[in-house]
Amino acid sequence: MALDTVAIAQTTPDDIQPFAQLGLKADEYARIKEILGRRPTSSELAMYSVMWSEHCSYKSSKVHLKQFGDKAPKSDALLVGIGENAGVVDVGQGYAVTFKIESHNHPSFVEPYQGAATGVGGIVRDILTMGARPVAVMDPLRFGPADAPDTRRVLPGIVAGVGGYGNCLGLPNIGGEVIFDETYAGNPLVNALCIGVMKHSDIKLAKAAGAGNLVVLYGAKTGGDGIGGVSVLASETFGSGGSTKRPSVQVGDPFVEKVLIECSLEIFAEDLVVGIQDLGGAGLSCATSELASGGSGGMKVALDKVPLRDPSLSPEEILMSESQERMCAIVEPEKLARFLEICAKWDVTVTAIGEVTDGDRLIITWNDQVIVNVPPRTVAHEGPVYNRPMAQPAYIDDVNSQVVQLPIPSSAAEIRATVLQLAGTPNLADKSWVTSQYDKYVQGNTIQSQPDDSGMIRIDEKTHLGVAISTDANANWSYLNPYQGAKLALAEAARNIATAGARPLAVTNCLNFGSPEDPGVMWQFAESVRGLADGCLEMGLPVTGGNVSFYNQTGAVAILPTPVIGVLGVIDDVRTRTPMSFDVAGLDLYLLGDTHADLAGSEWAFMHGQRVGQSPTADLGREMRLIEVLLAGREEKIFSAAHDLSQGGLSAGLTEMVLRHSVGATITLADVGISLLSESPGRVIVAIEASKTDALSTLAAKYHITLSKLGTTGGDSLIINDAVISLAELRTAHTATFPKLFG
Amino acid sequence: MRVGVITFPGTLDDRDAARAVIAGGAEAVALWHADADLKNVDAVILPGGFSYGDYLRCGAISRFAPVMKLVIEAAGKGMPVLGICNGFQVLCESHLLPGALTRNSDLHFLCRDQEIEITNTQTAWTSSYSVGQKIVIPLKNGEGSFQCDDETLAQLEGEGRVIARYVGQNPNGSRNLIAGISNARGNVVGLMPHPEHAIDALTGPTAEGLGFFTSILNAMVK
Repeated sequence: MALDTVAIAQTTPDDIQPFAQLGLKADEYARIKEILGRRPTSSELAMYSVMWSEHCSYKSSKVHLKQFGDKAPKSDALLVGIGENAGVVDVGQGYAVTFKIESHNHPSFVEPYQGAATGVGGIVRDILTMGARPVAVMDPLRFGPADAPDTRRVLPGIVAGVGGYGNCLGLPNIGGEVIFDETYAGNPLVNALCIGVMKHSDIKLAKAAGAGNLVVLYGAKTGGDGIGGVSVLASETFGSGGSTKRPSVQVGDPFVEKVLIECSLEIFAEDLVVGIQDLGGAGLSCATSELASGGSGGMKVALDKVPLRDPSLSPEEILMSESQERMCAIVEPEKLARFLEICAKWDVTVTAIGEVTDGDRLIITWNDQVIVNVPPRTVAHEGPVYNRPMAQPAYIDDVNSQVVQLPIPSSAAEIRATVLQLAGTPNLADKSWVTSQYDKYVQGNTIQSQPDDSGMIRIDEKTHLGVAISTDANANWSYLNPYQGAKLALAEAARNIATAGARPLAVTNCLNFGSPEDPGVMWQFAESVRGLADGCLEMGLPVTGGNVSFYNQTGAVAILPTPVIGVLGVIDDVRTRTPMSFDVAGLDLYLLGDTHADLAGSEWAFMHGQRVGQSPTADLGREMRLIEVLLAGREEKIFSAAHDLSQGGLSAGLTEMVLRHSVGATITLADVGISLLSESPGRVIVAIEASKTDALSTLAAKYHITLSKLGTTGGDSLIINDAVISLAELRTAHTATFPKLFG
Repeated sequence: MRVGVITFPGTLDDRDAARAVIAGGAEAVALWHADADLKNVDAVILPGGFSYGDYLRCGAISRFAPVMKLVIEAAGKGMPVLGICNGFQVLCESHLLPGALTRNSDLHFLCRDQEIEITNTQTAWTSSYSVGQKIVIPLKNGEGSFQCDDETLAQLEGEGRVIARYVGQNPNGSRNLIAGISNARGNVVGLMPHPEHAIDALTGPTAEGLGFFTSILNAMVK
């Protein structure tokens, strides 16, 4: 194919261009022509097509996401907010923590191992780009039915990919979720979260400032993998019988990324960069246009200087390639020599491919011929914005008007059967089959990891300062009421870290939905965003960033609305955290919070195929008071253990607690069936020594949190009223499920 | 007492190993794979990780690193050398230890708290333990199944060179439940599980791995 240059484009205005195949709509193509005053060159078309994709431009979500800014609570903790590669929060003692979650859903269905692996790789580079050392990862995962044949293809591959990449980077994996539902068949969700730590002064931003400064590309060479990953793969619905789109999936090399991390941290430590950007979705198109628009706008790049793995790549392909493990830095000329030295030490390929210029145009040449001449903001930030039609879907009134009708256990035999059944159901069963494939010990700072309520990392070995993080979503509630569902997920994530004694500080989110072109899905999305923004305002937690993943649907079937919410918190001394369970007999067990007949959206209802009723209503004021009880209880050393209740209610919570250290419990419950199965939000089990009874009562009364006695710890059984379940049979039920399903 | 900790490209547990050396009471000295001298260290640790990505056989490229020539030479003169996980693999590829580490029998990466029994306390790295002592430390690897021919196995067993064995169910298919071995002299030890991740119950399953790092002080005092 002949090279298409700006000069040629000016003389051939009527050439037919394949904008539709690249994922652009006719009006979007017309707008590009209007911006440029001519037809785009094929290279410009390639850049606009990936940068204006749903995945990169947030064109359907932007009008809603604005609320995170409009409704942002006042926060002293926020150092860098939405818009950069990741948000940064102040955690005290001069430390800053950056964290973010992203989706890699479509690639992981097409090619589970590489899709999941590069999902981890991408989020880790985002964190590194902020100037931080990555210290931990987490992976909320969702799959089709556990016993479906395709789940047996997808799940082992995704788990191996998450582990294969993260383990090789030396990042402990400290938590996540594994949830099954039939709507995720064909649309598995792979969300990857990374946390990084730095000092305040080390924060780096994506901007190309200072004319004459060099644009330096370093890391892996560019290949033909992942071309159009963000546009043709991530921003379209899977059709039935279509092509598999495998070439649009990137291929990861974790060893190169590990070396890139160490090399970059050395470069940062010597203050050798003015600005930095990683190459992820949309590759060089994204990095050059975002860096240029982050600065004054002018940049010149010689694309033929980009080191290639495959020398036959065309300039358009180079601009669209999503080859992994690449970074782009802006470097002052006098610092280049030292930059090159550090890269040489780590055997990292490095090339100066251009420079920052005075103008406001991004100019890209190929063998001295201009193939791109655009205002970079129009590529990076001024893409199309859609206010898509939305309408409350018909199912909402239908399911909300129904009432769940479920068998409620009452006899000893029924209680035994129910507790054992819940312990072994795939959504609640022991996840060691998954997490034992992840390294949780590397770096030597892991304080908590799965199956704890939250992950916790020590960030200072001398002061014992630490951070805790949890990700949560309850898609069943979001399906019944997306506004409440988002608030409830936020409350749960915050509660999960407060249970250990960490104070919630900031929020990230990964919003997984079906097609935005379906008004019903768009309504679910808008309601979720509204719920999350309202919830964050009420709880005083700023949203630091996040990710939207649309088009998670096959044909007409969309996934359940799945807003995954991550909350980060800080704990001043990790040694004094409240553990998730007890390891001694003779403690008293109490429930903090109220239990109502909340069976709609519960695991028990899910197991019986009923997704009807009304979700609970989030009471965030009460959630915040409960958090104060949990924090004060930790500080006053009242709790021997504390465990959050969520999916599976009290039944699952007790199961997890007694199995943790193989110490049983004797529990007495009124209205035993509802007490065990209800998933009323805002509840925590606490274990205390009898001598702390008064202190606990005082604390609960002070914050107006209902306190009720559950029983005592001890023995080798879980005894609930007259039902006796030995820990041995409970453990078998809990642990047998995954090995049986996945080998 | 100076204990060197080698970083190859792709090494992951180097900082953990250095932390454990310090906790054991020695000075940790960072060594780089391309170094041309051992910086006067008294002992060397090859930590865990995925050196050079381990895309070839694990450790097969690291054995050719410049620093390994010096390590092999020093080990021959009796310098204590401990290889943990990937380090054990490097020691096997370097022929400082016999046998090979192959993929776990279930073909999955496995990270778990593992009970092992110390079976030889005469080496430079195990003297702080007693024979038969059982400790729990993390095991985490994809290629941890120790294999060797029958003759080598008989020799290792006959000479008491199996220094630790897995307790209970075999986690990875290792012959004779072998978790670690030594050379004939006892100065070179390879261990699949990770004592450096078990020096403090706050961050590890126990603090029972510390003994490997205090043992080396005893070795020097002798």
